[in-house]
Amino acid sequence: MLTNAPRRPTPEELLRQVQAEEEYERRGRLKVFLGYASGVGKSFRMLDEGRRRHERGQDVVVGAIQPKISPEIEPLLGKLETIPLRFVEGIPVMDMEAILKRHPAVCLVDGLAYDNPPGSANPSRWQDVEHLLDAGISVITSVNIQYIDELRERVEQITGKRVTQTVPRSFLNSADEIVVVDAPPETCITRSHDGKIDSAAEAQKLSELREIALLLAADVVDRQLEQYVQRSGFPQTFGAQERILVCITPRANAAPMIASGRRNADRFHGDLIVAYVRQPEISAGDQEALERNLAIARAANAHIEILEGEHPIEAILQFAREHSITQIFAGHSTRERWWERLLGTPLDRLIRDAGDIDVRVFPH
Amino acid sequence: MASRQLPGKLKIYLGYAAGVGKTYQMLDEAQEMKRQGRDVVIGYFEPHGRHDTIAKTEGLEMIPRRKVDYRGTTFEEMDTDAILRRHPEVCVVDEFPHTNVPGSPRLKRWQDVETLLEAGIDVLTTMNIQHLESLNDQVWQITGVRVRETIPDWVMSKADQVVMVDLTPRALLNRLARGVVYAPEKAKKALENFFQESTLVALRELALRQTAHEVEIRQVDYDTPGFETAPAYTDEAEEVPRSGERILIFVTPDPASATLIRRGKRVADYLHADCFAVAVRAEEDSDQAASPEREALDRHLNFARNLHIETRVLEGKDVPKTLVEFARLNGVTQMFLSRTKLSRWAALFGGDLMRQVVHLARDMQVMIVAERHHQPHQ
Repeated sequence: MLTNAPRRPTPEELLRQVQAEEEYERRGRLKVFLGYASGVGKSFRMLDEGRRRHERGQDVVVGAIQPKISPEIEPLLGKLETIPLRFVEGIPVMDMEAILKRHPAVCLVDGLAYDNPPGSANPSRWQDVEHLLDAGISVITSVNIQYIDELRERVEQITGKRVTQTVPRSFLNSADEIVVVDAPPETCITRSHDGKIDSAAEAQKLSELREIALLLAADVVDRQLEQYVQRSGFPQTFGAQERILVCITPRANAAPMIASGRRNADRFHGDLIVAYVRQPEISAGDQEALERNLAIARAANAHIEILEGEHPIEAILQFAREHSITQIFAGHSTRERWWERLLGTPLDRLIRDAGDIDVRVFPH
Repeated sequence: MASRQLPGKLKIYLGYAAGVGKTYQMLDEAQEMKRQGRDVVIGYFEPHGRHDTIAKTEGLEMIPRRKVDYRGTTFEEMDTDAILRRHPEVCVVDEFPHTNVPGSPRLKRWQDVETLLEAGIDVLTTMNIQHLESLNDQVWQITGVRVRETIPDWVMSKADQVVMVDLTPRALLNRLARGVVYAPEKAKKALENFFQESTLVALRELALRQTAHEVEIRQVDYDTPGFETAPAYTDEAEEVPRSGERILIFVTPDPASATLIRRGKRVADYLHADCFAVAVRAEEDSDQAASPEREALDRHLNFARNLHIETRVLEGKDVPKTLVEFARLNGVTQMFLSRTKLSRWAALFGGDLMRQVVHLARDMQVMIVAERHHQPHQ
């Protein structure tokens, strides 16, 4: 029996929740402006938000700013208190001691990916930021996607440039708020080189980076959405993201289903999950066939789920509802018995009971 | 050919809710263009009593609105003819999805904008993701609101640029609480309904993904030489390589057809597939002209055509067989049907068209599209 009723949390879960909430209240808030190239206006947005908060009476200081200052930024900086960077062996370092002593409500931090010189309390500036958050200081920062560790290779393939100092993706995921600073590629080119577009290739590169930044922000936002769903304890089948569930059996013609699932998931930038409902006793031949199908799923980089359940269709639908699946892929069965022809096949039942979920049926 | 008027360029500022700053950013850019010496006018601007935004119009020429009387009330619309006479280089047009008052020369503001673009005027405009036609069902699921004023997807994909105006839901809620977006009573109502944080988060994700998609489809243009001067602003712009997939959408009088058409078209757009909508009329009722069913079917086919989907009406006694044979003959790779709601008994004794098609078309992919339901939040 499927139910939409929220589950009652255990006392341990409640305690953990209260502790997590207290911890959350104590910590500073992290807000990140995410850009896809220099010149898109991240630092401006960060400082402009600092200025507005300052004008609304919040205690804002600038903890770190890039050495090159554009003419747009200068008037903003003039309105805010700055704690100067220290230089250790020629490397700019955020003056943690001074900031912690001054203890503002909000600290603005640019150049998030900078490494600190050896012997510093923290190896990188983003860890300094975590330190500030721990101390109850909120931080507004800006970062360019090329400095996100997990994206480094992809960005390098596009730009041909290698960066050595990076910020882990988990740091972005921990942000309370993330804002994508979007602008057409032409904007960054004119701002950074003060001239025309060098070539179509340059614009193409920037456009690819822009797409990565938008999708990264969408993924972070999707995580937030999941958290809301978890907090409310309410299963939610809608979502902004496509999630495709491919159901396989030993005898399924899995290759085209998984290939189509992969293509659809890629085109929509969604998730691909391949599920198999464990059956009590299957022949050696079927086991082998199943392994072959699972190998295809692994090769397609799908997330694999082995489901348990007496009734395969119910097991699939329950999993699908719990995981906000938007499309179920299933194949026609090879053998159709006479009573199934009359009373409906398992596939008919899947289609009938899928509720808000689309079902895509594949030829065998 | 050589002297043909070059069409103007369209830039859309895309947001996910009122108050994220679309109009502000658009006007900011208009001011910057004016500083650079371009001839910019405001064709339509909706102040909503927002002081920061109103201040941004200072120094920009505003074309007076046209007053229209309709059923005893005076409405104000954009004066497209006056803008055409003034013929600026750039025109600012707020609220792209607006529907004009009946009796206006054009039904929709986006059609007014098309007129301006055809006359060679560049246009800056604003819209929220809720108004994109193909997302109508998803938006309803998320918000419980059926948005009536929609922009067909092909209109957005013809724009030269789509820029996401982003703001975090929390910041937006703060703005709302400070009274920046709406007057107090309206703000309170908004917070209770549409402006719930989880709703805003979901809409924001839709907008981010759509903008990423818009960026991606425009990358093809960059590969062709001279892209800067020749955006794909022609109806014959079929340069996007087709995938070989052919999608058939089976349209019936059932109201679920609208959802089905949107879903099929969206998948076709994303997969670069050919797409057509097909209805089958049983031969015996082909001459009954004006039944309500026939009217509903015509409405759905018309809706498909508005989304630039080719339509076809087949005739045949055996509906599933006629449909599947046509699909086979035309190399259809995916068939889209909507889920029919039938009791088990009705399904058993005949009626279940969907089941018959699924079992007849065992040689192609069949997508059964679900009806979307709104799930209220707690």
